[in-house]
This record gives sequence, structure tokens and C-alpha cells, in this order.
Amino acid sequence: MANPDVAKLETIAREGRVQILRMLTHAGSGHPGGSLSVIDILTDLYFNRLRLDPARPQWEDRDRFILSKGHCVPAQYYCMARTGFFPMDRLITLRKLGSPLQGHPDRVALPGIEAATGSLGQGISVAVGMALGLKLAGKGARVYCVLGDGETQEGQVWESLMSAPKLGAPNHHLDNLCVILDYNGIQLDGFVKKILDLEPVTDKLKAFGWPVLEVNGHDIAQVDKALDQAEATKGAPTFIVAHTVKGKGVSFMENDPEWHGKAPKPEEAVRAIREIVGEPQPAWAAPIVAELSALGKK
Amino acid sequence: MAGKASRAAFGEALIELGAADQRIVTLDADLSKSTMTGAFAKKFPDRAFDLGIAESGMIGVAAGLALTGHVPFACSFACFLAGRFETIRVSVAYTEAPVKLVGTHVGVAIGEDGYTQMGLEDVACLRSLPNIPIVQPADEIETRQAVAYAVEHPGPIYLRLTRQNLEPVHEASYRFRFGKADVLRPGHDVTVLATGGPVWFALEAARALAAEGIQAEIINVATIKPLDEETILRSAARTGHVVTVEDHSIHGGLGSAVAELLSEVMPTPLKRIGVTTFGESGDFKGLYAKHGLDAAGIAGTVRKFLAR
Repeated sequence: MANPDVAKLETIAREGRVQILRMLTHAGSGHPGGSLSVIDILTDLYFNRLRLDPARPQWEDRDRFILSKGHCVPAQYYCMARTGFFPMDRLITLRKLGSPLQGHPDRVALPGIEAATGSLGQGISVAVGMALGLKLAGKGARVYCVLGDGETQEGQVWESLMSAPKLGAPNHHLDNLCVILDYNGIQLDGFVKKILDLEPVTDKLKAFGWPVLEVNGHDIAQVDKALDQAEATKGAPTFIVAHTVKGKGVSFMENDPEWHGKAPKPEEAVRAIREIVGEPQPAWAAPIVAELSALGKK
Repeated sequence: MAGKASRAAFGEALIELGAADQRIVTLDADLSKSTMTGAFAKKFPDRAFDLGIAESGMIGVAAGLALTGHVPFACSFACFLAGRFETIRVSVAYTEAPVKLVGTHVGVAIGEDGYTQMGLEDVACLRSLPNIPIVQPADEIETRQAVAYAVEHPGPIYLRLTRQNLEPVHEASYRFRFGKADVLRPGHDVTVLATGGPVWFALEAARALAAEGIQAEIINVATIKPLDEETILRSAARTGHVVTVEDHSIHGGLGSAVAELLSEVMPTPLKRIGVTTFGESGDFKGLYAKHGLDAAGIAGTVRKFLAR
């Protein structure tokens, strides 16, 4: 969107990092690294981009967002709660028995989730189908999909990357589709480069027929500009390679594969949150710090 | 054999239904000539999508289409659909995307192509998912109605169709009812529950058995899931002997479903006829004879079962 209020979005993303750590600490399990790498992208999408109506999650003309890397759903839950899909106090029910905030996204349990994801490689195919479906129905809504880099090793991802630039031609080109790669370089077992390198990923995507944009995925202004450009692109879907840092914002989590899928202990979460919010500690952070400190003493 | 393959009846029905219902779209993975959606694609080119030999992607795209208000028929050989079980499990079933999955070329009946192309485990796989009904019509008239039902079914559904022609087993007045098995021939000595290709052979077997004084009740189980428990239990209670017949692995298909029902509700002697090995190349008749799925095989198994 033209002239986004970047400072405000950065504040929202900062609180997002805190809420992600809070949720995961209460849950005692989950994926902090990738949730922290994707939160700036999701902040721009949810607070500045997606046409959604939380009061009508099934609104036909809504934009669709699919987090194909479903394990990072705490970042999405924060954005959904903050935009009014459900109350903020429900965030800490993440992964608890009976909660609609499943460990991985569940479309049936939580209105506003568009597809079950977490079995990696599938979300992008569903996103492609939605983009096609909206075009066939003559809807102007857009579809956004966030892929993980480890996820991009899945064969099904490449089936969709191969089909999307041509699917629907000649009358229904999928220029309503934007796929964003959260390229943080780390997967569960270690560094993506060592396990199954994606490089040269931009060249590969271009060879598959995608217009490709590269951004710093933590620079909200850059992300927003790329999303503008994607929206303006006609005749083809757009791919955005967002270079990110796993565990971004917490010094002891950044670029460390250990923090792909391990929840912080309460004292670690408090240390991380103090680092994220800085000094002087903002008023909204105090109760969270107190709550997690108390959790540590239980 | 005369008659019509259920895949062919499906392709024809789809054109009729598609003319009246713009929501219907087809997806294929380079097998539209075999799944018989090719004619639909010719008639409605804007609503037919060949995703290439990429079944997982096809199933995912179908889910996206279903979630944006369309009625997608995602078609391939049954073995290739079931092979993408994980995509069906999450993107279709758990997501509750109302995709109409159509698996053709089921069973050893496909013959010469051999095991890799035979759908022999598809029912076992999909039956384990809580919300995907499984329908296998036995002839042309039933197929046409089952396809029409699939359009109206509010959730995902799986249609299991044959490559080979199917002799009619129903009168023109037959009405398919989802979830209901239909008694094709009444009898009081043994209940034979058959589905798909072998149904006509079960009727032939019943004729041969009748000449020997054995009255077999032949029931066509078109809806394998959910099972018509009432009809099956009522018949089993009367005959005291149940035989299942299916061109599918003996593990996890109709026979297993019936075994689960009977052993929990009304323990009844049961004999399952189905495929116990990998398939192989060969002619249809020879393969049906080898696996005991033809009339002689079914009659022989029934005789032995009753005489044991």
C-alpha cells in the first residue's frame, strides 16, 4: 500500500515476537526460529495488505492467505488475534487440548485459516487452486502463500512452481497469486545449504517462468514495496524471495538450528523478551514478563 | 463383454451434469483419455485442467478450487490417487475441501498393464480417513446416478471406477441411494456382498448355485463407506453365512469393513474373496479366474464355505 506506516507496523511486529515467545513458552513445544523469521512478512500482510473481515471469515471476496510452512503458525495466530479473528487471551491456549489453536493450522477448528498445512509442500498447491478458482469465479481477490525454504525441498512444491505460471492461460492467468519464500537458511536437521541446497533458487524460479523479486524479509518497507509490485504485475504470478534470519530478534536464537523446534523455558523467554522490547520496557510488556517469570517459579 | 465401463459412464454423465452446473471442473494428470474426462475437456475447455503427471499438485489444486466454490473432479488411476495419500489426508480430508476424487482402473481386471497400474489398496487407504465416503458403482445406470450424487455431496467423496465393461445388474428403474446396499437377488442360505466389477459374476454364481439347491442372496454394496449396516446385518442374521467379493486387496477393503461390523455386532462365519497377492499382467478373464473373482470362483468358494 502507498506510504505504509512502517514505524507502526514495526511496533506490531515487535509485539508479535513477544507473543510468539509467550505462546510457545506456555505450550512447552513448538517452532520459535521460523515464527520469528516470518513475523515481519505476516505483519505487513495482515495489518497492511490482506482484505479480510474478521467478523465474516468466509466472506467470498476476501483475500486468501496460506501459511504453507504450517509449523510457524504462532506468528499467524498472533496476527489473527490482533486483527480480531479471536480474543488475544486465547493465544496461550496454543497446543492445549480442546483449543482451536492447533499445533499446525486447522481450517475446520479455526475460522480464518484457509487450509490445513504442516505436511510440507501442500499449501502452495492449494493456494494455486484457490487463485485459479477465484479467477474462474471472476473474483478480484488475491492469494498469498508463504513457503519455507526447507519445505521447498518437497517435490510437490516444484509441481506447483511448474504449473502456476501457465495454469489458467489464456483467459485466467494467475496474476492474483503471490508466493513468498521465508529464506532463513535453516531447517530442523541443520543448514539448508548443507542438507539440500536450493541455490540458485532465483535462477531456478525464473527458468520456471516466475517474475522474481528479492527483499530483506525483515525490512517491512521493502516487503510492502515488493507486494505492491506483485499486485501490479499482470499475466503471471509473482515470487518473492525474502531473505530472513532464523530466530530474528533474539540474539541467542538467531541462526541456530537448535531453535527450529524447541520452546524456550520461561527464564529464556523472559531474557528474549527483554532483548526484543529494550529499555525502558514498554507498559504492555510488563504483565507478560511477570506472567512468564511466575510460570518459571511454578 | 457387452455393457459399459463405469469410467465411460462417468465421462458421459459428467458432460450432462457439467452443461447444467457451471461449478463442475475436471482435473487430470495426463490420463484424461483413460479417465474419460477428455470429452468434457473438449466441450468445456475453460473448465478442464490437465496438471501434467503431478498427482499431488493436482489434488492440492483441486482442494483450492473446491474451497473457492467449484466442484472439482480430480481424476487418475486409483493407485496413483491413493499413492498421494498424504495430500488427500491433509489438503482434502482434514481441510474438509469438497473434492470429488475419481479413481479409475481398479483391480486386477485392468489386465495386461500389470500390478503398477492396478488400484488394489485405494479403498484400504481412503477408508482410514474419517470423512471420505467411498462409492463403487456396479454398472452404467448406477454410475450415472453416483456421479450426480457426488456433485451434491457436501464434502469430499471417492468414486471407484473400472476400466473394463460392466454388464448391467440393475433394471432401468433402479435408483441409487447413497449409503444403501441393494439386494439384487434374494436367498436364504448365504449372503454374498459384492462390489464393483465382481457383482455381475456374483449373480452368475448365484444362478449356478441355485441349480444345486443353494440359495445365495446377492447384495451390491455400492457404498463401501459408510457401510449399510442394517441391510448387511439383516441378511446375515437370516443366512448365517457371509461371503464378500471385491477386486481389491483382501486387506482393508469391503471384506475388512464387513468383518469389523460382524465381529463387533453379530459374529457370523465370514469368507472374504479378494486379491491376496500383488497383481500381474494377463488377460482379464484369466486374472479373475486366478483370483477366484469369476462366477466359477465365487460359486466354488461358497460351496466350500457352506460345506466346511
